[in-house]
Amino acid sequence: MSSRENILAKIKAIPREDSPLPEIPSFGFPMDHKAAFILSIQANKGEVITESELKDFIAINRFEKILNLAKGMESLSTQPLPSDAHELNELEVAIIQGEFGVAENGAIWLTDENLGLRALPFITEHLVIVLEEKALVSNMHEAYQRIGAQHSGFGLFIAGPSKTADIEQSLVIGAHGAKSLRVVLK
Amino acid sequence: MSHPTKASEFLQDAAKAKWHDETLWFVRDKRDTISKTIPEWEQLRELASQIKDNVLANLDQYLIQFEEKARANGIQVHWAKDAEEHNQIVLSILQKHHCKAIVKSKSILTEECHLNPFLENNGVEVVDTDLGERIVQFLNQPPSHIVLPAIHLKKRDISELFHEKLHTEKGNEDPAYLTHAARLHLREKFLGAKVAITGVNFGVAETGEFVVCTNEGNADMGVHLADVHIACMGIEKIIPRRKDLGVFLRLLARSATGQPITNYNSHFRSPAQGKEIHIVLVDNGRTDQLAREKFKNSLKCIRCGACMNTCPIYRRSGGYSYGSVVPGPIGSILSPGLDVKKYSTLPFASTLCGSCTDVCPVKINIHEQLYEWRQEITKAQGTNAKSISMKIANGIFAVPFAYKVTGSMMRGALKILPDSITYSGLNTWGKQRDLPESPKETFKDWYKKNR
Repeated sequence: MSSRENILAKIKAIPREDSPLPEIPSFGFPMDHKAAFILSIQANKGEVITESELKDFIAINRFEKILNLAKGMESLSTQPLPSDAHELNELEVAIIQGEFGVAENGAIWLTDENLGLRALPFITEHLVIVLEEKALVSNMHEAYQRIGAQHSGFGLFIAGPSKTADIEQSLVIGAHGAKSLRVVLK
Repeated sequence: MSHPTKASEFLQDAAKAKWHDETLWFVRDKRDTISKTIPEWEQLRELASQIKDNVLANLDQYLIQFEEKARANGIQVHWAKDAEEHNQIVLSILQKHHCKAIVKSKSILTEECHLNPFLENNGVEVVDTDLGERIVQFLNQPPSHIVLPAIHLKKRDISELFHEKLHTEKGNEDPAYLTHAARLHLREKFLGAKVAITGVNFGVAETGEFVVCTNEGNADMGVHLADVHIACMGIEKIIPRRKDLGVFLRLLARSATGQPITNYNSHFRSPAQGKEIHIVLVDNGRTDQLAREKFKNSLKCIRCGACMNTCPIYRRSGGYSYGSVVPGPIGSILSPGLDVKKYSTLPFASTLCGSCTDVCPVKINIHEQLYEWRQEITKAQGTNAKSISMKIANGIFAVPFAYKVTGSMMRGALKILPDSITYSGLNTWGKQRDLPESPKETFKDWYKKNR
């Protein structure tokens, strides 16, 4: 008997009472979506900025390696998407179009279509996500309703920059992934 | 070695033990604060518990559904009945790809299977990429907490370790500086690895996708740069529907660290072009636990660690005192299921205060199961010192005259006896505690005078 059959047979042999699967209510959300989303991103150590603030951020830091995949910001790009993600190791800024954001926790949904390469939002030094203001949902229940049966090989909620508190519980931003997250709300 | 023995080792360094206690309580407090911002918190816990009940009742069907969907998505599914088979499967994938070095993100399951030493004995370099896990790996230690692997260490320890291993400045204890050094060190490992291993937080039967949550982004850095992703998953990690993730992702990070969600929540459904994803579904004692009516609910655990942060014993005895991969209250009900003899002292490492049960996001009756394990273990072990004293106490309490005489004898004796006898090894309650001063008269005598 294969291990598959072995495991399944062992489970089947156990007398179990059925327990119904509950329906999940959508629950209310007391706050304005935009105000709540901005507070959530800030709490996660990210920033919500305008398009012109993004341009200032790039100019002041004299970034030269920028990859843009967001709609309407093509002029900011200094390099095309490579075929191998390893070539992104020196990337300074990645600008990505977000699908939608979640007000209760600042999480932003991204799929293969937005990312180009799955490593992009992690390997870049700074991450910028462009999000339409009307693309905000209240909580995670509404988020999964919105995702629905959407089929992407890879989907991701990003809620902030890479962080760790593994040394004496001191929060440090920029563990392995992006050292900052900026969200441009349009 | 027993829990009390190892706990007393932990308590040798009183300052560190106090820090450990206070820090974990701080994390528990953050969990309380954030949970109170969600009016439906208790309803979410109830929903999570019900979903997991449904999973345990239909586990075989969900596993079949998950496998079918995952295969249709181009994921290769493997089944392992135990740790040994799990390790062999992982090794055979590595050998097929001629891979001699891997990166691995946090996975309690691979710790449970002792994958690292197995791979190392077979000539594979394993690099744990979660910062806390890398720290304990450098020290050849297991994690002492499932969410905060290096919580037993101080920054001074880590500074010295990094000076030796990563050539950081001697004496520089700044967490940001040390984290940056680890970032540079691990970035090279990420760029060089052909195979990356992760754990799994949730596997969705409906879609065949699985979800991995991190704050550091280390799981994603590993898998997206590698050609092959191996995800190791305990069979109890299945959930039925995609929308169930809404409930669990709202509960997980809030319960674990008091944050609203982990910063990266990756949903893997099919491999990127030209790459491979493997899932290893592991039993390793889980079906045995499922067959134990009183203890099967322990399989509902989502590994948030809240029961550890709140536990007065865990906070004051440290993760290593448990001697099991999963420490703390949940570990004390899971581990005896794997080896009741080896872990016989763990269910007694509890005050049965029930705080673990109160904070558990999937409402596992942890303290009741601890109590149940005690019954099982005591039955199996027969008489011990405690049960003899309980029998004597029973005789004393049953006879009023005996109670009266013993009471006055004890009050007298406690005054006369030297501390070396009162606090001898036979009186385990005397360890780390002072007895209260014994009163001059009994309550009965006081009542007669004062009524």
